[in-house]
Amino acid sequence: MGEEDIRRQAPNVFRMKILGAEVVPVKSGTATLKDAMNEAMRYWVSSVRDTFYIIGTTAGPHPYPRMVRDFQSVIGRETKRQIMKLEGRNPDVMIACVGGGSNAMGTFYPFRNEKHIAMYGVEAAGLGLHTPQHSASINGGKVGVLHGNKTYLLQDEHGQVRDAYSIAAGLDYPGVGPEHAYFHKTKKVKYVTVTDKEAVRDFSFLSLQEGIIPALESSHAIACAMKMAPKMAKNKIIVVCLSGRGDKDAQTIIEKGVIR
Amino acid sequence: MKRIEEKFAALRAKHEKALIVYLTAGDPSLSVTKKLILALEKAGADILEIGVPFSDPTADGPVIQAAAQRALKAGTTLQGVLDLVTEVRKISEIPIVLFGYFNPIFSCGVRGFAYAARKAGVDGVLVVDLPYEEAGELRDYTDAAGIDFISLVAPTTGKERLKKIINKASGFLYYISITGVTGTAAPKIDPIKTEVEAIHKITNLPVAVGFGISKPEQARKIARFADGVVIGSSVVRLIDENKNNSDLLKILSDYIGNIKKELR
Repeated sequence: MGEEDIRRQAPNVFRMKILGAEVVPVKSGTATLKDAMNEAMRYWVSSVRDTFYIIGTTAGPHPYPRMVRDFQSVIGRETKRQIMKLEGRNPDVMIACVGGGSNAMGTFYPFRNEKHIAMYGVEAAGLGLHTPQHSASINGGKVGVLHGNKTYLLQDEHGQVRDAYSIAAGLDYPGVGPEHAYFHKTKKVKYVTVTDKEAVRDFSFLSLQEGIIPALESSHAIACAMKMAPKMAKNKIIVVCLSGRGDKDAQTIIEKGVIR
Repeated sequence: MKRIEEKFAALRAKHEKALIVYLTAGDPSLSVTKKLILALEKAGADILEIGVPFSDPTADGPVIQAAAQRALKAGTTLQGVLDLVTEVRKISEIPIVLFGYFNPIFSCGVRGFAYAARKAGVDGVLVVDLPYEEAGELRDYTDAAGIDFISLVAPTTGKERLKKIINKASGFLYYISITGVTGTAAPKIDPIKTEVEAIHKITNLPVAVGFGISKPEQARKIARFADGVVIGSSVVRLIDENKNNSDLLKILSDYIGNIKKELR
């Protein structure tokens, strides 16, 4: 795990340790997810005979994007069952945040053949798409090859991978799962962006209004829903994937001065 | 005849084995890299692998990772490396292989790259993160440009895949001597010997062995059965340790000369 992410996600690290994991800090590069993936691959290459490589996002070499997509699809399958029970029909809009893209892929995939559902993947615009400080690979990158997959990548004009940035550690990755690149190309899913500022604002909003503290990652999806809802008819249904809990982000929220 | 093929033929005629030397272009600067290349040739290097620095060198150990970072910081680009090869070609005929990762090549465009590389005088390319299954995307163009497509074979490569790789490979085969990344462990000689001899039975392509070789003794043992030996991380480390030393070229030449002696 990137050293910077270990710092930012201390509660998650404690949880992993309680469950028996040894967490090895990676100091190279920006010390975030990309560098942790580089290091995990190097370790795997060196110990492939007795070691499994596992990854939580839909990026990486085949067949990992497919495996993660299939496992994460439990989200979409449950959503389908629940919305049928509650409303007796499919939602009109589905929204999920996209870093590598696992929760979004899991949400969208079981609905991929349904017509009349507008699906939105929300990328992190960080400090703004006009700055270098964002993680929006689809909206602000171009096609490239990294970690064994060809997809949208944040990169400079020489093909060197750029450092990603987002207030949300889980979105802080310069690539995106190749199946999202495909959904973008085929226009199955519309990929939009939300800034740090918007995400933090609606993190607070959901916490105050509903007593649900969303992860900063998921707050990007909330912010997208908040932009869309006022423009929609009251009988329309929006499903937002709350991919994680905000407890883990307490440190970041305090540092940003949102809560005093 | 192509330069790499010619070199192996000439060495065979002299009962010598090839010393293939890797260095990262632009570490500490492209102008120093040029001097290093010429010194390495004089000291006995037969083929050069010039590393094109990449931001995420997943096949490299800490030494070459750090070199890539330094080279990128110094502003090294793929175009800069091609310009360096053009410069070297004016005064040297040493075979040159570009060693690197796919994204910088993909970013510049595979067709344009193959053409530019040929024009610069590049003899081969080795792209570590482009597996056989995807390699056609580049190889079709390098083949057309007359550039050798150097392919990697690892201790974990299965027999069927090995045959496929050999079928499309040219120049030489690069046998990875350790299950791991560059420069991180000393190879065990006996299993490599078995593997290389098995490869020799199914192809006439020369087989070079690399990843983790740093000592004359290792080079001598491997040269008994392989056609060439690749030295990388130890050279990169030596360059970095002595970059401010006025004797850099001499130190490097002595090191290379001592290894080449074992291959004659």
